[in-house]
Amino acid sequence: MKHTVTMTINGESVTAEVDSRLLLVHFIRENLDLTGTHIGCDTSNCGACTILLDGKSIKSCTYLAVRADGAEITTIEGIAAEGTNHPLQQAFHDQHGLHCGFCTPGMIMRSIDLLKNNPNPTEEEIRWGISGNLCRCTGYNNIVKSVQQAAKELQKESESV
Amino acid sequence: MIPANFIYHKATSVKEAIALVQTHGEEAKYMSGGHSLLPMMKLRFATPEHIIDISKIDGLSYIKEDGDFLKIGALTTQTDMEYNALILDKYAIFSDAIKLTADPSVRNVGTIGGNIAHGDAANDQPALMLAMRATIVAEGTDGEKEIPIDEFFHGFYMTALEPADILTEIRVPKAKKGSGGAYHKVERKVGDYATAGVAVHVELDDMGVCQEIGIGLTNVSAVPMRLDRGEALLKGKKITEDLIEEVGTMASEDCEPTSDLRGSEAYKRSIVNTITKRMIRLALERAQH
Repeated sequence: MKHTVTMTINGESVTAEVDSRLLLVHFIRENLDLTGTHIGCDTSNCGACTILLDGKSIKSCTYLAVRADGAEITTIEGIAAEGTNHPLQQAFHDQHGLHCGFCTPGMIMRSIDLLKNNPNPTEEEIRWGISGNLCRCTGYNNIVKSVQQAAKELQKESESV
Repeated sequence: MIPANFIYHKATSVKEAIALVQTHGEEAKYMSGGHSLLPMMKLRFATPEHIIDISKIDGLSYIKEDGDFLKIGALTTQTDMEYNALILDKYAIFSDAIKLTADPSVRNVGTIGGNIAHGDAANDQPALMLAMRATIVAEGTDGEKEIPIDEFFHGFYMTALEPADILTEIRVPKAKKGSGGAYHKVERKVGDYATAGVAVHVELDDMGVCQEIGIGLTNVSAVPMRLDRGEALLKGKKITEDLIEEVGTMASEDCEPTSDLRGSEAYKRSIVNTITKRMIRLALERAQH
């Protein structure tokens, strides 16, 4: 059965017909061609498919597209102002927070939510905060350093506003 | 993995949801957070023909003290609980459990009501509900009903809820002077089910004598389990280290774990013993402060 859904994706309104059983990650990747959101385990363990739904990180492999009707969605493609990197993207670059890069979009989307709730996290809080996102290359140390750098940068930004 | 075909319905009120299940009968299933149900559907372990989405119903997400109870709306997410000032201040047992439940992104969607209504002894909240002797409030075709937790869990994925019943609220005793609780589970890795877990809630009088005690066990039986023998031993007594040792032994004897990838039966009995003792000590410490 088809449903008409309307949602905002990275600031743009999108209306589409979707099947009841269509998963949000497939809608994002296949209908909208936004392939920065990855499919890893497909069982809500690995976090490669993490996006923001109404500002909260969710695993889009375990969410029906039809349930996102009316929602505001942000993917990795939608976080940087034109011509710049988001502070988390820049930090992952500076700190070598990735090797193969497959987990990186999910790590960054999760970290945005983490730093919104806790702008100045301890190392332990960062490790628990990204505990639903698996990386098979880095050993996590440089990811933690990246989130720490971004936390400082984002705090500077919010203080200067 | 893609679920088998089904028809999605969005309910905007409890009454509408109940009416939808009445129309579509046994092949209809409620979905709140969907983080237990949808994975089962993707694996085709569950193939409901109709999904009734109750997550958009207004007014079922709240945490408040009212009379002698803490009342939690069923659609309150685990994240709402994690950052709630009242929970952080007075209900440490929930904070213990939620930090160890799945991971932050799953907690953003998963609800407290769903964790209980799913009827899975591997979930964390059932043990807490047993320890605190919660009352489960549900609405069905005959109106609202209150179900004592000891009558709620019937079997593997089976509860006292009729097909049209919606779990709407959880009530646990309000925190007071002399009461305290604690929960811990051993898990192999973040997001895994508990190898074993134990929830303890105690209420002491001014003399430090145990007036109420609840001990619930996670994932060491087919149905969420209460440690009756341990509770009977402690109730009405000053809880000493010797008694705690005895209850730990009882827990390891009375639980019903099976050997699986998470550990052998003997290992699980051993950690149930250890966690039970630690959680009684921690609950006592919290009750005395």
